[in-house]
Amino acid sequence: MNNITPAIAMNRVNKWFGAFHVLKDINLTVTRGERIVICGPSGSGKSTLVRCINRLEEHQEGDIIVDGIALTHDLKNIDQIRSEVGMVFQSFNLFPHLTVLENCTLAPIWVRKMPKAEADELAMQLLERVRIPEQADKYPGQLSGGQQQRVAIARALAMQPRIMLFDEPTSALDPEMIKEVLDVMVDLAESGMTMLVVTHEMGFARQVANRVIFMDGGEIVEQNEPEEFFLNPRNERTKLFLSQILSH
Amino acid sequence: MTAPANDPSTWTPKADRPPPGISIGAIAWLRENLFSSWFNAILTLLSVYLLWSVIPPLLDWAIFDSVTSGSSRDDCADAGGACWTIVSVRWHQILYGFYPEAEHWRANLAFALLLVALYYGLYEKSIGRRYGLWFVCAYPVIVYALLYGGFAGLPYVESGRWGGLLLTLIAGVTGIAFSIPFGVVLALGRRSELPVISMLCTVFIEFIRGVPLITLLFFGTIMLPLFLPEGWNIDVYLRVAVAVCFFSSAYMAEVIRGGLQAIPKGQYEAAAAMGLGYWKMMRLIILPQALRVSIPGIVNSSIGLYKDTTLVSLVGLFDLLGMARAINADAKWMGLEIELYAVIAIIFFISCFAMSRYSLWLEDKLAKGDEH
Repeated sequence: MNNITPAIAMNRVNKWFGAFHVLKDINLTVTRGERIVICGPSGSGKSTLVRCINRLEEHQEGDIIVDGIALTHDLKNIDQIRSEVGMVFQSFNLFPHLTVLENCTLAPIWVRKMPKAEADELAMQLLERVRIPEQADKYPGQLSGGQQQRVAIARALAMQPRIMLFDEPTSALDPEMIKEVLDVMVDLAESGMTMLVVTHEMGFARQVANRVIFMDGGEIVEQNEPEEFFLNPRNERTKLFLSQILSH
Repeated sequence: MTAPANDPSTWTPKADRPPPGISIGAIAWLRENLFSSWFNAILTLLSVYLLWSVIPPLLDWAIFDSVTSGSSRDDCADAGGACWTIVSVRWHQILYGFYPEAEHWRANLAFALLLVALYYGLYEKSIGRRYGLWFVCAYPVIVYALLYGGFAGLPYVESGRWGGLLLTLIAGVTGIAFSIPFGVVLALGRRSELPVISMLCTVFIEFIRGVPLITLLFFGTIMLPLFLPEGWNIDVYLRVAVAVCFFSSAYMAEVIRGGLQAIPKGQYEAAAAMGLGYWKMMRLIILPQALRVSIPGIVNSSIGLYKDTTLVSLVGLFDLLGMARAINADAKWMGLEIELYAVIAIIFFISCFAMSRYSLWLEDKLAKGDEH
């Protein structure tokens, strides 16, 4: 794909859970290398938006084009998009029956058809990048939450994705472990990765985001560069939200 | 505030110390476990009395006053205890049923191959396991061909003559070995998003589970031949084996479905998000975890099925139980049911206890992998 094609293009996307209208007319274009932070109250649809991008949720109206590939019912397109989009979950979702290394090599071996030795080498490089190479032979259950989330990041990177989605990656962590995960994410941002991050870590947003999006009621209420967003929020709803989360 | 230990500006973690003393020694143990209160002391004494009144007479009957030698019932005439002569004279029927004596080597070979199959099937670190597992899958077919004969100069032995431990073991092992893969398929099918597949699997499971095994056996042995065209004849063992396999698969499917339901949604999502398709997701991520969760249930069903194979004695086959009844029906040995049933009970207990211990061992081993 050339550099002009946006990484993600969402055009008038609508989604319902039963009768509940969870995403309303979402228009969003993410350029290559852009780092976007999405925030908003719970139930505002921010996780759903991110999960629509790799089809963990299916949207009912509108178009989503990821890396030039339109997201349709065609399973081939879905699999192709999934192999180019990495995802990190709030609850880590590591595979408990596999070692840390096996967690990272599974998809390269079975989806990318990479030879095992090569996959092992790549996984070790990534585990070094997230600063836990010494845990490679342990099982996820033996690691702390922060370590597990870093493994999850390495696991997603092992597919050599062009885009990384983060769905509240630090919300399930003890305060002392949040920083080690954010540090890894900052490194990743500095390497030029396209990132969509659902988070309430406003320090992280200030430090690395190009754009901050505020969602409520299934709509994008306001979006701006971080400085402007935090200093001069235009919408009343945004002001209220910021005053509540920043007063802590 | 003046003592350095209470200085609020520094914190030194306290050193660990062992837990408070635990009493050691035989008398302390007795006191704690058997005589901790008046009520417990009475229960303990009652139990000792009960054991005292049961065990010595049992030992007298089974060992001290029993007869093991001889060749006929008359040798036991003076015995006050058990007449094991019946077992020592008829042991080959207990093992092989009416399988022709000249062909017993084939049954022995089947037993030996069973040990090989168990080694490969149950022991993860077995040598050459990749090929061994194929052998495990082929075992029911190989052993059926071997016992049935009719090729390569092996005389044909109709399956009505197979019996005893031989029949019990191969029917049980075939049912268990078949039920796990087929149970997985049924369980996945029942959870399928395609309504046709899900409905077919549900109907199969509910229908088979909704009738007793004995009904399926009667259906297979008595009614099925009525529906078949003239001249068609499916071997009786085969008909019984199919009924047993269907029955066990339906139960196994529900056990495995329980395991599948225990896997968090996040595991499916993580696997899907990496681009794994349905089959790879199931094989690499979901089933390994679901089967692990299901081990106690799988073993429970297996033990139940293994004992249920005794029902084949009701449709004219001579498994361990059927053989015992056949021997008892012999006028020369009448009245020795207890001895035979005791032997059969011991055989069943050993097999089932081994299965139970294996499952505990396996759970223990797997638990060591991921200590949460």
